[in-house]
Amino acid sequence: MSTNSSALGRTPAFLMLLPLIAVLCFAVFWPVANLLGRSFFAPDFTLQYYETIVSEPLYWRVFIRTFWISALCCILCLLIGFPIAYAMARTSAWRALLIAACVLGPLWTSILVRSYAWIFLLQRNGVVNDLLIDMGLIETRLRMLYTEGAVLVAMTHVLLPFMILPIFSTIRAIPTDLERSARNLGAGRFRAFLTITLPLSLPGVSAGVLFVFILAIGFYITPALVGGPRTLMIGTLIAQQITELLNWPLAGAISLLLLAVSIATALIFQRALSVGRIVGND
Amino acid sequence: MTSAPRTSRPVDVGRIAWVALLVLLLSFLIVPIFIIVPISFGSERFLQFPPRDLTLYWYGKFFTDPDWQAATLFSLKVAAITMLSAVVVGTLAAVAMVRGFKSGQRAVTALTLTPIIVPNIVLGVALYLSYAPIGLTGTLTGFVIAHTSLAVPFVVLTVSAALHRTDPALELAAINLGANKLTAFVLITLPLIAPAMAIAAVFAFLVSFDEAILSFFLSGVSNKTLPRMLFENIDFDISPLIPAVATVLMSVSLLLMSSSQLLKRRKGKVGNGGSE
Repeated sequence: MSTNSSALGRTPAFLMLLPLIAVLCFAVFWPVANLLGRSFFAPDFTLQYYETIVSEPLYWRVFIRTFWISALCCILCLLIGFPIAYAMARTSAWRALLIAACVLGPLWTSILVRSYAWIFLLQRNGVVNDLLIDMGLIETRLRMLYTEGAVLVAMTHVLLPFMILPIFSTIRAIPTDLERSARNLGAGRFRAFLTITLPLSLPGVSAGVLFVFILAIGFYITPALVGGPRTLMIGTLIAQQITELLNWPLAGAISLLLLAVSIATALIFQRALSVGRIVGND
Repeated sequence: MTSAPRTSRPVDVGRIAWVALLVLLLSFLIVPIFIIVPISFGSERFLQFPPRDLTLYWYGKFFTDPDWQAATLFSLKVAAITMLSAVVVGTLAAVAMVRGFKSGQRAVTALTLTPIIVPNIVLGVALYLSYAPIGLTGTLTGFVIAHTSLAVPFVVLTVSAALHRTDPALELAAINLGANKLTAFVLITLPLIAPAMAIAAVFAFLVSFDEAILSFFLSGVSNKTLPRMLFENIDFDISPLIPAVATVLMSVSLLLMSSSQLLKRRKGKVGNGGSE
């Protein structure tokens, strides 16, 4: 299988990689380094911005709220996503296609549009309030928009496909024979699922949890639209430092912390991380 | 499946409950999005569900309003150029990665994925800080560079997967028959990875066209993208114009993605039977 003569030499290969490196340097590495660097100078080297973050309870609250909502979001996505992924992997072709359409349709729709839908649903004279009143469950209209609950529900909706797709890929790869043998040997449908399929699907679950958590802690659009200024998360806090206060060093410091958490989470789960599955070329 | 059982099997309560649960969960995914569509045809000046009379007035307004028109044109321009640059840059990198480096492919992949791992809000703020002083905010160039970095990882992943599936021996045969390396690549490998490049192009276009966070910070007074216009109007405009714009955005996404999916399916049949 020697393919030497169709392989590129080192030099041409590096030259072909150069445009990508240039784009990444100019659009990612330099701007991000510039922003993070700001957090250490005032104008001499200082850690004062990090001290501000540590000593100010407001920032603590935002960080804790972000991790809390993101963790809950993972759990909700898992609870809603697992049955969908399981059904999609284990049903007839046309039903799987139908489920896939329900999963991919939202994934392909702009996050802005999806978040906007929740504003419309949750506002005071929105559909959910209408429904609850019609059903006689509530007397007066509830304030649901701009609450943590609203952010959680909307983010769960937006991030669900990132949980479903990796779980689907793993379950589809599990031979159905395994489950059938378990049932032939006397296990009930539920027990066969619990002892065979569930443990074997765990790699997909961890990939899904990783995707959802990393995306959730850095989320901006959904908390900005559905959470409002009262339900700040890390993403909206960073934006607020810039758009309202022009506090670049503090925005840099918060960004550095967010980035550190994202990268640490990604490294922990590194083996499970396979963006290819999301792109759809598995 | 909910009809009376044909065989002696009793009515399967568990199965009915399972189907009901699935329908419920799937409606959570799909209903919130499609509820926007009927509202966009509402005739009142405020949002109403279900709408009383249907009209295309808001679509007309969207397509004739100069501000929305300008934003739409600017978005299309940015997305088209981003698509071209991301496909060129990403394909070059994918070929270099798959055919050029025996070792270090993982490192190159990790490098490629950085724009996906960095939260977009951090990237947006960072770009604003760095591009404003050099006059790149609110320009086509600034947008294209920023969006290319977001779109290029998808191109590299898609095209390198296709390259892994093509047999290097084919190119080798062409070289043995007297073609030089470049000719062999252009005549043999390029046609084989062209479908993957097309799919990547659709992705790149959409990444740019739907992108809202970087656009929020990069937009100038005049050069705004469509998602940025939508974003800043959501809080103020309570007429069905916003659902109409959202429906247009959604239709573009769904149309492009389902056509690329069809392309993929066809490729799967013609090609060497890769995944599906």
